[in-house]
Amino acid sequence: MDKKSNTGGLHRRPLLAWPVRVYRFYRDGFREMTVGRSLWALILIKLAILFLVFKLFFFPDVLSRDYDTDEARADAVRQSLLDDSR
Amino acid sequence: MDDLMNVVDWSRWQFALTAMYHWLFVPLTLGISVIVAIMETIYYRTKSERWLAITKFWMLLFGINFAIGVATGIILEFEFGTNWSNYSWFVGDIFGAPLAIEGLLAFFMESTFIAVMFFGWKKVSRGFHLTATWLTAIGASLSALWILIANAWMQYPVGMEFDPAQMRNVMDDFFALVLSPVAIHKFLHAVLSGWTLAGVFVIGVSCWFLFKKRNRRFAIDSMKVGAWVGFAGILLTLWSGDGSAVDVARVQPMKLAAMEGLYDGKCGQEIVAVGLLNPKKTVLNDEDEFIAKITIPYGLSFLATHNPHAFVPGINDLINGIELTEAGDTIRTDSYAERIAIGKKAHMALRAYDKASKDGNAEAMAAAASQLKANYKYFGYGYLDSPYEAIPPVAMTFYAFHIMVLFGGYLLLFFVAMLWMLYRKNEWLENRWVQLIGMATIPIVWICSECGWVTAEVGRQPWIIEGIMPTRAAISDISTVTIQVTFWMFAAVFTALLAAEICIMLREISKGSKTDYERIKD
Repeated sequence: MDKKSNTGGLHRRPLLAWPVRVYRFYRDGFREMTVGRSLWALILIKLAILFLVFKLFFFPDVLSRDYDTDEARADAVRQSLLDDSR
Repeated sequence: MDDLMNVVDWSRWQFALTAMYHWLFVPLTLGISVIVAIMETIYYRTKSERWLAITKFWMLLFGINFAIGVATGIILEFEFGTNWSNYSWFVGDIFGAPLAIEGLLAFFMESTFIAVMFFGWKKVSRGFHLTATWLTAIGASLSALWILIANAWMQYPVGMEFDPAQMRNVMDDFFALVLSPVAIHKFLHAVLSGWTLAGVFVIGVSCWFLFKKRNRRFAIDSMKVGAWVGFAGILLTLWSGDGSAVDVARVQPMKLAAMEGLYDGKCGQEIVAVGLLNPKKTVLNDEDEFIAKITIPYGLSFLATHNPHAFVPGINDLINGIELTEAGDTIRTDSYAERIAIGKKAHMALRAYDKASKDGNAEAMAAAASQLKANYKYFGYGYLDSPYEAIPPVAMTFYAFHIMVLFGGYLLLFFVAMLWMLYRKNEWLENRWVQLIGMATIPIVWICSECGWVTAEVGRQPWIIEGIMPTRAAISDISTVTIQVTFWMFAAVFTALLAAEICIMLREISKGSKTDYERIKD
């Protein structure tokens, strides 16, 4: 019985070994962090401010927001550049 | 118009703020990753536990800087879409392609191997770990490569053709873009200056250890690696800077004239080593350019063309159409007044194209497109009302350039002196003044590095794309208030991040100085 289950384990191992090892590598790495914890906290806060506050509320892509097609965007830029040149 | 100028000015200040903050972190990442890789290579070859401890200490400081600096550059990309939408659309895939490659290839490569660097001790083989450390350093430089290619294109637009239907510049020669001499020199100059900066950082921190009379051997060993990398960095930065100067003389001669405060050029032109500009001087009067100056004879001619007797055009010469060829010869080309006229023809052609497009007149569209193509070289000049508008801010460009050069010269002496003391006069390193100079050089190298970017970016004004698009035409139709709000928000967030970095780094340096590394055996 033991021999059978061991064989089964060996058959599955090549498929699972790498993802499991990579997962454990990162898990253990994060667990053993010291300074890294505060750095990760800083990175997450920073990314949250950048993407959830700045990007969402203050930094829209103006042309994508105001025009639906590339043709309309090209036309808007053309008009803007021609208006500036007057 | 006032509102438009405010939008342009605030957008420029915002971009400058974010770019300069971003550049506080980047060069240290570029340089210290190489220093850490060299330290780990020594550990790999010697199996010395002491070198392992040295590697881990500097790797930690690298990690702190990387973590705080990561993603600060993303804000610049936000600004392109919001503040500079005309520019973002106009440059199309030429700017987008290098940035996309940067994001996909270099950044992910760098991030993956950083995980191995920090989590991989005792979990992967020493060889694999060392490979990951080197690949992190290479990945950091590759990230910079693509950004700098995009920036170099703005200074020297090549490898594209303008399509009036799409209103975009379409890339038609990827290799012209990537292998442009401006891009190559800019990449080398920026990355190698990072080695210099990191070399100073390692020496400065090590001097703190010596100042506190702790971990002397640890500090000296670290300083040796830092000094050699910094010395190589400053020599190669000078060499690549020489290449950049020749490029600037050829493709952005007005920037070179502003860098030197040169209004009227001559053969065998001297270079200003130190100078105080006369604030009353303009192109419209005959005032002297300088209140006081110390010059090096033939210096600018040699810098610009490698021929000490060559003619170097000044601002007035350039406005009148006198420039240098690729071979360094003087030629008479289009004056700025003629360029403005040609640029306005290009605008008229674009206007005719627009009308023909709306009328559905294919024949007129083709004729207008052809007219536009013939005059496109000076498209940006069509926005100027006077040739004098093509002059960059002379004082800021001049002082930024000269501070960079003077500090660069000081850094060369600094590394030579440090190497001499490290190998010949070790006891001098115990001198408090030497240690204080080592620490005080840290802010100097950062100022030097930032001044390099101020020279490059202010010196190319009024252009966002040299000769093709002035900065004021690149702006979006948005309100000044929005930019003012985000400007101060960025200033607050970035200052907080910088304070956090300095605090965390000082804490870890202090911890490092208190750890007894001297007990670790070879």
